[in-house]
Amino acid sequence: MVKIVLKVNGAERTAEVEPRTLLVEVLREKLGLTGTHVGCDTSQCGACTVHLDGRSIKACTFLAVQADGRNVTTIEGVAKPDGTLHPMQAAFREHHGLQCGFCTPGMVMSALAMVERHKGKPLDETTIRHELEGNLCRCTGYHGIVKAIAAGAAAMTGGG
Amino acid sequence: MYTFDYQRPATLADAVKLHGASDEASFLAGGQTLIPTLKQRLRHASVVIDLGAIADLKGISVSGNTVTVGATTCHADVAASADIKRAIPALAALASGIGDPQVRNCGTIGGSIANNDPAADYPAAVVGLGATVHTSKRTITADDFFTGMFETALEPGELVTKVSFPVPRRAAYMKFPNPASRYAIVGVMVADTSMGIRVAVTGAGPCVFRIPGMEQALTKSFVPSAIKGIAVPPGDLNGDIHATPEYRAHLIGVMAERAVAMIG
Repeated sequence: MVKIVLKVNGAERTAEVEPRTLLVEVLREKLGLTGTHVGCDTSQCGACTVHLDGRSIKACTFLAVQADGRNVTTIEGVAKPDGTLHPMQAAFREHHGLQCGFCTPGMVMSALAMVERHKGKPLDETTIRHELEGNLCRCTGYHGIVKAIAAGAAAMTGGG
Repeated sequence: MYTFDYQRPATLADAVKLHGASDEASFLAGGQTLIPTLKQRLRHASVVIDLGAIADLKGISVSGNTVTVGATTCHADVAASADIKRAIPALAALASGIGDPQVRNCGTIGGSIANNDPAADYPAAVVGLGATVHTSKRTITADDFFTGMFETALEPGELVTKVSFPVPRRAAYMKFPNPASRYAIVGVMVADTSMGIRVAVTGAGPCVFRIPGMEQALTKSFVPSAIKGIAVPPGDLNGDIHATPEYRAHLIGVMAERAVAMIG
């Protein structure tokens, strides 16, 4: 077993892991952060998307030991501590960006990463759809998700 | 996954030494192929040597007519690099189309070419642009590096350290992606370089290959119609549930013509 220290949603957390333990397993099973979902477990669906040092990654395809000493943000770290939803989360609710909700944590984390990556540039529908290539949704047909991300991005940058 | 030990050396020398000390060591770069294959138990490693802490292996530099990309530079960094967009826009565009954003934030050029997946994008860039692969032991020209399906000229324990691309006069990469995986069903890099016109194809065969007939035709006349009818025999091409060898042969022509048209 290896001891690792992660900064998760701003707080330092330690865990004892095997080298083969995946980041998503540590988050869910050791740290109790079950908002990060395991969908396909084969790096396709993006339900396990978290931010590592500010960049979106698939936590099912990343070893926990690789994240030792680094910053991890999960869906639990997105809303305010008092429960007020982040503008992106609020936009998903407002624009019907989810049905069953299973893919939603990954969608929101990808949405936040794409806003960050396109800072200062418009996030049009084509760009959003292209940037969502790593996230699958089996309910919505994506239309509500795309609308939600456009509205969330506008709200985050003060344009909406 | 089977169990394995994990090491995170700080220097290239230590990484190579650790590999030499074990029978079944695996280097870990971005992990976007290695981790899935370990998960499926298609592969076993006694020790996984994480290259992520070796600063020398990461980064992009442009000097004179050469763009150098460190082995552990991720696809997202190549895609976003202002220097690469200016010097070799086709290389930045190719990197921006690999996998998806999350994969591009992890996957690396060194990992991609060392793995040499027949449907990977980077081999087309490395061969098409006539790059040089630098390793822990030597330098290898692109034409000598890729030797077969998932096979390269790398010896056991030999590590890719960087890839240097000569800046072409002009180049374009066109790919027909698998709609689910974004791997290339067929991808073609056409480049007008100081070594002549180069046409490199990925996705279609067991390994990236060039098409001398198209290169000669484009040398005479650099227009899409010059390569119309130059066919690649489907006999040596891949066939799977996504595309037959005949369809891939057809797509090579279409993608090559589109790449030439894009260059203009």
